Amino acid sequence: MKKYVCNICGYVYDPEVGDPANGIAAGTPFEELPDDWCCPDCGVGKDDFAPEE
Amino acid sequence: MKETVFGAVRISEHVWWVGAADWNVRNFHGYLTDRGSSYNAFLIVDEKVTLIDAVKAPFTKEMLDRVASVIDPEKIDYIVSNHSEPDHSGGLPEVIAAVKPEKVFASVIGAKTLAAYYGELNVTPVKTGDTISIGSGNLAFVDTKMLHWPDSMVTYYDADKLLFSQDAFGMHLAGSMMWADEYDKSLLEYEARKYFANIINLQAPKVLALLDSLPGLGLDIQMVLPDHGPMWRTQEDIAWILSLYRDFAEQKPRPRALVAYATMWHSTGILATAFAEGVRSAGVEVHLADLAENDRSSIMTHVAYSGLIAFGAPTMNNQMFPAMADTLCYVKGLKPQNKLGFAFGSCGWSGEGAKQISAELEAMGVEQPEKFIQVKYMPTADELTAIRDCGKRLAEQLLEKCK
Repeated sequence: MKKYVCNICGYVYDPEVGDPANGIAAGTPFEELPDDWCCPDCGVGKDDFAPEE
Repeated sequence: MKETVFGAVRISEHVWWVGAADWNVRNFHGYLTDRGSSYNAFLIVDEKVTLIDAVKAPFTKEMLDRVASVIDPEKIDYIVSNHSEPDHSGGLPEVIAAVKPEKVFASVIGAKTLAAYYGELNVTPVKTGDTISIGSGNLAFVDTKMLHWPDSMVTYYDADKLLFSQDAFGMHLAGSMMWADEYDKSLLEYEARKYFANIINLQAPKVLALLDSLPGLGLDIQMVLPDHGPMWRTQEDIAWILSLYRDFAEQKPRPRALVAYATMWHSTGILATAFAEGVRSAGVEVHLADLAENDRSSIMTHVAYSGLIAFGAPTMNNQMFPAMADTLCYVKGLKPQNKLGFAFGSCGWSGEGAKQISAELEAMGVEQPEKFIQVKYMPTADELTAIRDCGKRLAEQLLEKCK
């Protein structure tokens, strides 16, 4: 599973870790995050993420 | 060194303050700065002459004049931009053009942000753990992402043991005195609280993490130099502001209430007064604020300081009164925690206002033990008694919660 990086603040979404503080279980691929999920650091939406190079 | 109108203020062996006071700014991007503000910038005269941060654009000449009182500005080798917001970077393009520094440093995101604002400035990105030698001492950088912008960082200068803390530990307060120990503490506490509530509150968990990580960084900090307001030069004052920040960030409930309301024909105003009377009767301090007379940043300061927050508004055109929508939108973004809340309002025919306020409080995670109260036209004596009793019950619950 691919990691995704926030273009605004640099936060890295790691699917192996998920985002448990916001109800996202470990093992959730980026593509399966809910549409209203947003960067836990700066608050932007999924559109502002890009696959990690 | 030359004779200039604006002088620099020496603050340590190698460092001078070269900033500016903005005495008359009252609207700082919507934040009511009723004591003005200041933009602190610093000149380090070491082997590499270094400017730490700049000022808002209109004050650039004043800053360069202060620099010139110490050293020819063209001798500046390095510039460090801890934070790209225009109140600290607005003067940068002019300074860079005038000084032609060897290097400009900012965080990785800061380098991108500065380029987005001003075009390419050839900024060298730095990150936590990076240090640069400037002669007798080193500059060490610590990323403080989202405190309070993605680009934010702080810089430590080990020769003089100074932390350039950017917006952290600052406040909007113009004054001719430089140091926190030259001001009344209750004034500093109020302005620091207002600053935290309106600028930093939404990132409170990151503040706690940073405070917890500070001792581990092993920095011997003799002075903390923020970019706004008085600076901290005694160990006692540094410990005081750090403990205040912990207190602000923890957001523990306080036995204090805010009743903020909008009103058209004073019906909601009467409800607000009756609710406040109930709170007061339970022995809880209460502050009443009409949104027509109080700006949103002052309301937010009370929200942060109050364990119980009640909001009331009339219904206008099937919506809550617009001033309340403005205030709630602002408060919601700043993510206050651990609040008891209450919604109320009055209406002529269709009463959506109180319900909409209640929904906003719900979305903020504010606990509402009492259902909202909505009255028509003018509150009756029974309705006033009911809302007063509601205020009393909520105040009593708050006292329990604060134990």
